[in-house]
Amino acid sequence: MTTPKPQYSAPQMAVRTAIILLIFMVIFTAMLSGAYLLTKPALEASALEEKMKLVNEVLPASEYDNTLLTDTVTLPPSPEIGQDQPSTIYRARRGSKPVALVLEAVAPDGYAGKIRLIIAIRADGRIAGVRAIAHKETPGLGDYIEPKKDKNKARPWISQFIDMAIAGTAETAWKVKKDGGQLDYYSGATVTPRAVAKAIQKAARFASEQQEKLFADKGATTK
Amino acid sequence: MTGAEFKTIAANGIWRQNTSIVQILGLCPLLAVTTNAVNGIMLSLATILVMAMSNVAVAALRNLIPHEIRIPVFILIVASLVTVVDMLFNAFLHELYLVLGIFIPLIVTNCIVLARVEAFAAKNPPLQSTFDGIFMGVGMLWTLGLLGALRELIGNGTLFSGIDMVIPGLSPLRLLPEIYPGFLLALLPPGAFILLGCMIAWKNWLDARNAKRRQPKAAPTQSQ
Repeated sequence: MTTPKPQYSAPQMAVRTAIILLIFMVIFTAMLSGAYLLTKPALEASALEEKMKLVNEVLPASEYDNTLLTDTVTLPPSPEIGQDQPSTIYRARRGSKPVALVLEAVAPDGYAGKIRLIIAIRADGRIAGVRAIAHKETPGLGDYIEPKKDKNKARPWISQFIDMAIAGTAETAWKVKKDGGQLDYYSGATVTPRAVAKAIQKAARFASEQQEKLFADKGATTK
Repeated sequence: MTGAEFKTIAANGIWRQNTSIVQILGLCPLLAVTTNAVNGIMLSLATILVMAMSNVAVAALRNLIPHEIRIPVFILIVASLVTVVDMLFNAFLHELYLVLGIFIPLIVTNCIVLARVEAFAAKNPPLQSTFDGIFMGVGMLWTLGLLGALRELIGNGTLFSGIDMVIPGLSPLRLLPEIYPGFLLALLPPGAFILLGCMIAWKNWLDARNAKRRQPKAAPTQSQ
């Protein structure tokens, strides 16, 4: 420091230092608040856009005509879909006819903790699409559940769930081949697909059982 | 700022005081992020930005900050700047944020930023401090880029995987044949430690060899 040091007594020094620290804190807190207020509208808009993009990946936007993001039901914590927190279900409708439910499910038993999935299930019980939205599976090994990381671009692993339904699908169809089922997997990482498949099956069952109730629910019309 | 001064700052950042292989700072993000070259480079780019900004801010305010409370004030400045950068990126450069975004909060945990603020910006004028921040970041850029490239090459047989997320249209290179079974250790943190150790050994070997070559003129050891 190059500032000349005037002589202060110890209490004076303490007060002076505290005041300077306080001033710095006020200035930088003001800066943070300013930046927060400045960016808030843009952030909210892009969060919605993000969510919409995810939903579009699991359910084609052409299939429904309501504003799905505001047509929601809030579920209490539901172990059926692995959620220990309240979660939101989005409802897609065409006219007044139910089209699909979009819900977030959690596979609690991934190789490295929870795997969060977004799943769209059509009114007839068939799965419209699934995406892993957050997971910590081993990079290069278990992360093929994300189509972006999957080596098979033409037919990513996660796409084999499309059109599967609880009704009319044998129990074994929901298991990976190693467990005597029909689902493909990459050798070296079976824990991950097993966990994902189980979570999807549970979510599909939950959706088909609860469907009528969920679509009838008054729910929240605004977010 | 003189040319010689500039050269010293650049050489310190890129080689002599290289953050990753000489100062061994910021190992946590280093281990976590460098599973491929693209991630390493992206983290470094974000760090360059933050270091340049925090260095210039601290250098400009350095005469107002009492010595006794400099560390809390530095932390306050760095953390606020990182947060503001994070928010601005998220709001106005959202595409870039999706790529760099996860790395910006990681930088807060990176002691390199605080180390440079304390060791350099607190004692030097803003211009020099900005350059110091940039070149420390450039040093980190090549080290993390190289480490990431080695890890993904050994671990997966690819190079620049994930580049398509940064520059759409480009695709990763596959350097080893498809049947390469992969080597998981290189992708996990212990592999990063081992490879980093190899890089440090390589750097020390190069330096020792160069010092021997110009033996008569003993290389001065220098530190900041």
